[in-house]
Amino acid sequence: MTQSAITEAPVAGPDVPVARRSPRLRWILLAVGLVAALALPWFVYPPVAMDIVAMALFAIALDILLGYTGLLSFGHAAFWGSSAYVTALIATHYGVPFPVAVLGGAVFAMILALPIGYVSVRRSGIYFAMVTLAFAQMVYFIGYQWSDLTGGENGLQGVPRSFFGIELVETESFYFYYAALPILLFGMWAAWRIVHSPFGRVLVSIRDNSQRARALGYEVEKYKVIAFVLSAGLTGLAGGVFAISHGFVALTELHWTTSGDVVLMTVLGGIGTLWGGAVGAFLTVMLADYLASSGFHGIDLVTGSVFVIVVLLFRRGVWGTVRHRWMVHRQRRLSSRR
Amino acid sequence: MSAVLQYVVQGLAAGSFYALAALGLAVIFGVLGVVNFAHGAFYMLGAVTAAVLLDTLDLPLWWSLLVVPVLMFVFGVVIERLLVQWLLRLDPLYNLLLTFGLTLVFVELVKQRYGVSGLPYRLPGGLQGRVDLAGVVLPRYQLFVLLFSVAVCVLVWLLMTRTRVGMIVRASTEKPELARALGINVGRWVTPVFGFGVALAGLAGVLAAPFRAITADMGNNFAIILFAVVVIGGLGSIVGAVVAGFLVGLVEAFGQAYAPTFAQILIFVLMALVILVRPAGLFGRQEATA
Repeated sequence: MTQSAITEAPVAGPDVPVARRSPRLRWILLAVGLVAALALPWFVYPPVAMDIVAMALFAIALDILLGYTGLLSFGHAAFWGSSAYVTALIATHYGVPFPVAVLGGAVFAMILALPIGYVSVRRSGIYFAMVTLAFAQMVYFIGYQWSDLTGGENGLQGVPRSFFGIELVETESFYFYYAALPILLFGMWAAWRIVHSPFGRVLVSIRDNSQRARALGYEVEKYKVIAFVLSAGLTGLAGGVFAISHGFVALTELHWTTSGDVVLMTVLGGIGTLWGGAVGAFLTVMLADYLASSGFHGIDLVTGSVFVIVVLLFRRGVWGTVRHRWMVHRQRRLSSRR
Repeated sequence: MSAVLQYVVQGLAAGSFYALAALGLAVIFGVLGVVNFAHGAFYMLGAVTAAVLLDTLDLPLWWSLLVVPVLMFVFGVVIERLLVQWLLRLDPLYNLLLTFGLTLVFVELVKQRYGVSGLPYRLPGGLQGRVDLAGVVLPRYQLFVLLFSVAVCVLVWLLMTRTRVGMIVRASTEKPELARALGINVGRWVTPVFGFGVALAGLAGVLAAPFRAITADMGNNFAIILFAVVVIGGLGSIVGAVVAGFLVGLVEAFGQAYAPTFAQILIFVLMALVILVRPAGLFGRQEATA
């Protein structure tokens, strides 16, 4: 019976956990994830490893909206990119340690998200996606036109990586990874806290039945705006680290394809699974890196095809499928024991 | 004065691309409940097809205006049957994502085949040059685009209001539940309507071919502005799509004339204002707050 409920479910489908999740398994998984994050640059080229973790936080931040609030933001590049620019500008002009610059970028992303969220939450569902996309395009044009500040099509180059008095040069990406990892892990922890807090429960109730949530006295719009701003802030953390890691910021970070990429990561990992975003980011970044190094041009062809296939055949996503199988398995075991 | 009139014609000509394509987007949304992200890609494909037909078969614009929409109709029907139909019963966001993926694929394929520099398009002799209308000098083609697309919009309007098929489609677009309750089989119209909407996007592309740089990326920004257009007009409304299309064209033209830096940004500001004042759009029905 849960089977059909999920296949027919909306994007932000309630993946109803039938069997109670075991807390022991949760701690084991968290430990595995932490070890994986710590070990990643030993197995993957460190700048790529940094991309994976930054994108993972980006996808997780998006899932707060898509999976837990039922809002598909197609404009998150605006927060990712603007934080990247602000972080780079702060780091370049003030020479502060990079975590401070990243924090500045994230705060800017939240400030930007406030008016955009305020207007966008007046429309829900499909309209929300279109409106956020349009606003992100507006931010893109501002970035494009304001070339005195953003460098226009050249972007910002030579962003320094100072870490409390230590200058981490280009070749020290391995050490930079460990310097930046705590920021991103903090972001993921914050996302996890948000969705499991009483506030997060209200978001889920808005996703499942906003009229009922309203009838219960919750100010639905206010909750949506807060979720939007929080998601933008976490996105900003990820975008800022990304900018410092690469040492430059390009207009691509504000482009609508970036918004699309992160939606793909979230959907590929599994909507409403939170950690699925990390799985999606890992697969997407590794695939892109592999294709780029094998001399294949036209990554969009692959990205687009993956999008089509996932949406048509694999809507639960990787992590969502694993979790679902596990739930079904546990459910069977529980009922056979009775 | 003559400058203002020039901008008006320029804006309405630019707006006619938006109006035609938005009309297609609106009927698709109305009958299928699908926001077709690939609408900009279909517009691009229309322009590219026209350019290729001119290059290989020496098919002039006049014929392209007829042939390309037919080809795009068939293409749209194939896409609907192969892909879109499987997701119709699910949340509309899935079809948005599907058509987003298709956009990436189409744009990349065209890029691989025809490169990133624009394809050439030469106008038929009769449409070159300028005309002098009571002291206002206008490019002949701009005037043609404007008249042609107004004619198409009127034709579509007549089709929608005067024929049985049109009334059914209109009823299915604007009040799908009521149409079903009256015994209209809304589902039967799904495939042809999708093809029809795609054909309109393709037609806009053909019209734009001599006017704009024909590149794989020409539809990307177009699609996003199209979204702003239908949000301004009200997504469920056919009249709204057309009126907002021309309105956005005007905003763009006057923006480019008086504040070129902000021309693109103005459109999105207009969208924000409409959402704040009339969330359902200028011609939209007030949706239940969900």
